Amino acid sequence: MNNQEKARIPAFDALSQHFKENAHMALRNKQLRQNMRTAMDSLITKRLISMPDENEREDLRELGNHIRARALSKLPDLLEKLEANLTKRGVQVHWAETTDEANQIIFDIAKRRQAKLFIKGKSMVSEELNMNHFLKKQGIEALESDMGEYIIQLDHERPSHIIMPAIHKNAKQVGQLFEHKLDTPYTDDVDTLIQTGREVLRHKFFEADIGISGVNFAVAETGSLFLVENEGNGRMSTTAPSVHIAITGIEKVVENLRDTVALVSLLTRSALGQAITTYVNLISSPRKMDELDGPEEVHLVLLDNGRTQAFADAQLRQTLNCIRCGACMNHCPVYTRIGGQAYGTVYPGPIGKIISPHLMGLDKTEDLPIASSLCGACGEVCPVKIPIPELLRRLRKEDIRPPKEPLHYVKGQGARFSRKERLMWNVWKTMNTNPCLYRKFSYLATRLRFMTPNILAWSQNHSKAKPAVYTLHELAKKHLGDNK
Amino acid sequence: MSARDNILKKLRSSLEGATARPDDFNIELVTKPWNYGDTKGQVTQLKNMMESVRTEVHQTNQANWLDLFVELLKQKKINNLLYSPNIEIGKKITNYWPKNNELPKLKVYDRPVEEWKHELFFEIDASITSTLGAIAATGSLIVWPTPEEPRLMSLVPPIHFAILEASKIFNNFYEAQQTLNWAENTPTNALLISGPSKTADIEQILAYGAHGPKELIVIILEDV
Repeated sequence: MNNQEKARIPAFDALSQHFKENAHMALRNKQLRQNMRTAMDSLITKRLISMPDENEREDLRELGNHIRARALSKLPDLLEKLEANLTKRGVQVHWAETTDEANQIIFDIAKRRQAKLFIKGKSMVSEELNMNHFLKKQGIEALESDMGEYIIQLDHERPSHIIMPAIHKNAKQVGQLFEHKLDTPYTDDVDTLIQTGREVLRHKFFEADIGISGVNFAVAETGSLFLVENEGNGRMSTTAPSVHIAITGIEKVVENLRDTVALVSLLTRSALGQAITTYVNLISSPRKMDELDGPEEVHLVLLDNGRTQAFADAQLRQTLNCIRCGACMNHCPVYTRIGGQAYGTVYPGPIGKIISPHLMGLDKTEDLPIASSLCGACGEVCPVKIPIPELLRRLRKEDIRPPKEPLHYVKGQGARFSRKERLMWNVWKTMNTNPCLYRKFSYLATRLRFMTPNILAWSQNHSKAKPAVYTLHELAKKHLGDNK
Repeated sequence: MSARDNILKKLRSSLEGATARPDDFNIELVTKPWNYGDTKGQVTQLKNMMESVRTEVHQTNQANWLDLFVELLKQKKINNLLYSPNIEIGKKITNYWPKNNELPKLKVYDRPVEEWKHELFFEIDASITSTLGAIAATGSLIVWPTPEEPRLMSLVPPIHFAILEASKIFNNFYEAQQTLNWAENTPTNALLISGPSKTADIEQILAYGAHGPKELIVIILEDV
């Protein structure tokens, strides 16, 4: 074991892509559960405080939904308009169907610029690309500059939350990590830790050749990249290096600048309970002739990576309404208990469950649609009203669709299809839809209740399911008879 | 076929037979709850919002702001100040400085960043910039960087002073976009700045001075 590995203080290791194993492991991790519970409770409260007027909140969610749905209903036209407006202002637009293509585009720019160091603002799409890893193989360092992202990168982890990537770690864990990796004296004082991060990264902003960012909204009308952030690392990454590359999914387009008024308010309040983030940064062109700073080149990489698949079906298309606020995670009872890394996917939580099957295929995410109690909290808080529970049920259906059926919008469909299960449900259906059979079955089940088998998978977490002494029919008959 | 053609083709074929959704943007919803009456009401709202995220807000007027500003510079023990001599507030600073002793050394952003990046990143104590206006609802300054006041001027120095004319405060983001004719008039870079740089990435504990300014000081000129 080398030093770097020894120094790891992982909150939790997602060792496999197998959700169930990860979930079991995470559930046993008391520290993780405590960290997550505290953080999620606080985020839930902050959101509510920032949206005190229920009517305003609900009307705005409705408007948010309409804005996103309108943008998607014109998506190809808006993408072309965005491209035209950006190009006119000197921004170079690239299109990538796959993550490999996107990485290649970015690498080609780096090669041409002879870049050695990338500094990154927060970008979940760059996680989709696994860009840091890809660049490292090419001898290029890509350093995260969002404090949370920087912390988990130091510990070779991936984000556990899309807004608060290091939320699974507490200050003591970060203190130990900095002590090991940066040779700073141990402290769990958050201000000191942040100042250490600032020092280190200030030098990296100074040196970096290329800055990377995501995009919150791409405004077609003006050809602007709209970014929100609190730290200033986004502004640094998009301004200080001589090249800025923004990477985003093709769904992030909005039609008009004014649409961002409603969306940004929904985004920052739903995500963090803030009326607005410290910085809103609209980038519409590279450095002009008379300007003294800003990147000489600005690039936008538009990524598909499964989004056109979600787009193909009107119901599943609603997945692409998402503005990545993370509110569905904060309110999810499953996510809160297992944390983001257990999902083994780039996007965790409820939104991850409905987007990942399109990015990776249901065959690689087969357990995600069923990792939900369908409590409905995610759908209730979603600022753009994505009916997440409805989409989970739809994906469950695709998950068990017989593989021989033609492809039904989701690649890898039928991953959980089982002949045995299908047969059992058919028997169950017949029994419950045929009155004569149903009565015979329920009579037998009640009279033979002492023989109820112990189904371990069920009873290890629940009390044993045992039929009642009498059937409902018998009880009703007796009740009505008594009352006559 | 290129990636672009493939993506657009897939999207178009998925939309076949579908009609575009109507534009039912609700202006009232994004303006009515965010209205603060006259300038006084707007200043109060802006101040409350900005102070809640640890911004220092001072109310003064054209005649007195420089005295106040210099007092603040002394309090904060600032050794050098980045400013633009070519704009209104900069001209006043240029005139004021020789008449007074022991003032911070003035620095000017008058060449491309590459020529003095190290000094800018590690040696400048504070900067002062103008603003295009502000948004009362969210407590945000509107800054459109220019060749005189480039982008990094409001970001890199640890302390940022911003001058705001009270008459340029808008009620909300929508009103600001409309009045500034933002969509037609899009600048290279436009910013809303709503406090000093901050992060809550460790245990959700709020810490100021992440990567941008550690302090933001807003001086409101109430008679303009």
